[in-house]
Amino acid sequence: MSQKRLAAIVGVGDVELENGKVPGGLSVLQIQAIAAKRALEDAGLKKDDVDGFFSAGFWGIPGNGLFPTLSVAEYLGIQPKFTDSTQIGGSSFEAHVGHAVAAIQAGLCEVALIVYGSTQRSGVRQGGGGNIQAEYMSQYETPYGLPLPVGSYALAAQRHMYQYGTTSEQLAEIAVATRKWAQLNPAATMREPITIEDVLQSPMISSPLHKLDCCLVTDGAGAIVVVSPERAKDCRKRPIWVLGHGEAHSHMTIQSMPDLTITSAVESGKAAFEMAGVTHDDIDVVEVYDSFTITVLLTLESLGFCKPGEGGDFVSNQRTAPGGDFPLNTNGGGLSYAHPGMYGIFLLIEAVRQLRHECGERQVEDAQLALVCGTGGYLASTAVCILGRD
Amino acid sequence: MANQQFPLPVIDGDSKIYWEGCKNNKLMIQKCEDCGQHIFYPRQLCPHCMSENLAWVESSGKGTIYSYTVVHRPRHPAFMDKVPYVVALITLEEGVRMMSNIINIDVDQVRCGMPVEVVFEPINDEITLPKFQPIRS
Repeated sequence: MSQKRLAAIVGVGDVELENGKVPGGLSVLQIQAIAAKRALEDAGLKKDDVDGFFSAGFWGIPGNGLFPTLSVAEYLGIQPKFTDSTQIGGSSFEAHVGHAVAAIQAGLCEVALIVYGSTQRSGVRQGGGGNIQAEYMSQYETPYGLPLPVGSYALAAQRHMYQYGTTSEQLAEIAVATRKWAQLNPAATMREPITIEDVLQSPMISSPLHKLDCCLVTDGAGAIVVVSPERAKDCRKRPIWVLGHGEAHSHMTIQSMPDLTITSAVESGKAAFEMAGVTHDDIDVVEVYDSFTITVLLTLESLGFCKPGEGGDFVSNQRTAPGGDFPLNTNGGGLSYAHPGMYGIFLLIEAVRQLRHECGERQVEDAQLALVCGTGGYLASTAVCILGRD
Repeated sequence: MANQQFPLPVIDGDSKIYWEGCKNNKLMIQKCEDCGQHIFYPRQLCPHCMSENLAWVESSGKGTIYSYTVVHRPRHPAFMDKVPYVVALITLEEGVRMMSNIINIDVDQVRCGMPVEVVFEPINDEITLPKFQPIRS
């Protein structure tokens, strides 16, 4: 490959879940500390090597979502010289990676640590979809009782069905294929096989989305270490290069989304592909945000893996399942592995493990290039990273 | 009263004229006097050209359903006894899109592209919510 090596992911870490919960009543700070230490050990780096710090979350003091970098860095005993608490929802961590690469390239830091944690399942549910205030731009939406976030995605799904004839069966294909990947991942929360009929028979939440079209509600913590090419030479594991990245957002409230069938992955994906100098056919494994089945379908179209309206056909016949020709969400995704509220960091962790060939039974054979696309808010933000091994 | 339990709009500088209009059974939206585009929701400046030269105009109150969902599992307890109900995005004749409920129709009959018109539902002395119903010809 001839791409520029600007920065590399050299460490990843996460925590085990039991039935979607962190064991033993661990706090949201404890699990982030565990994930951070594991990521640094994975990289063969020390806490004092870290000079760039990134975090985002829905928990926080003095209020939900506030001061995550200050809180977690204090807890870890880190005093960074570059800091970024970009909060654009579940895609924040793909944006953090992009910003870390840019900061490293600019000489502002050399070792960036990205940390996330949530105890929304075992502890108090904080923020995220529970938007119940009717202030500012939400005063024109909240009084009508749209359940967030699922209702916004349901509106997108209904529009896609109207415009293109996409069916609930086609959306269910995604949930079924993702569950098959989870069956190959011992760490996944939901591993019982499901059928398309199971998805269609599961309770309707907000039409046309059924319960099994929706991601899980779990705890979780993850951490990622991004370093300069110079620092990557001395790390324990082979570098996984960030070859391209891009980010974009199009709206906050779903009523302001310009077209409910097209996400800003059109722009963020294009930027990442151009920077990496690769094409869709070069990508071996794809990890895209699956808050809901429709999220996957819209993202694949917007990224250009298929044309607008063709997503339903694209995912049919279990094409994205193990053994299919389009390996997608290989850890079992937010639909079956875990979804702690902001899932994006786990897309990156899985892509890195796939590219290191550490994935055992679910390993995509000879994976060289991975595309990761986070989606945040109500289809509002996207951030894409294209990763590759030497 | 379930109606009083759901989060009521917090009227602010942007929305004062909008909610006053609803109270008087008028759907007031903004129009940019420089670039000519209509704007929803109301704001300080035009999101198309950043002009502050905005006028308030009364919408025809007619439009079509851009998309909708039938809600079976609300998040807020105040809506629990209303299921199933329809939340929709409506494209008004003026070209702007807004959220509302579709009422006075069986939820199974709602479709994308359906022509609808505004009806006003008073909630309390300050707030009247614009909702939409099918246009029956």
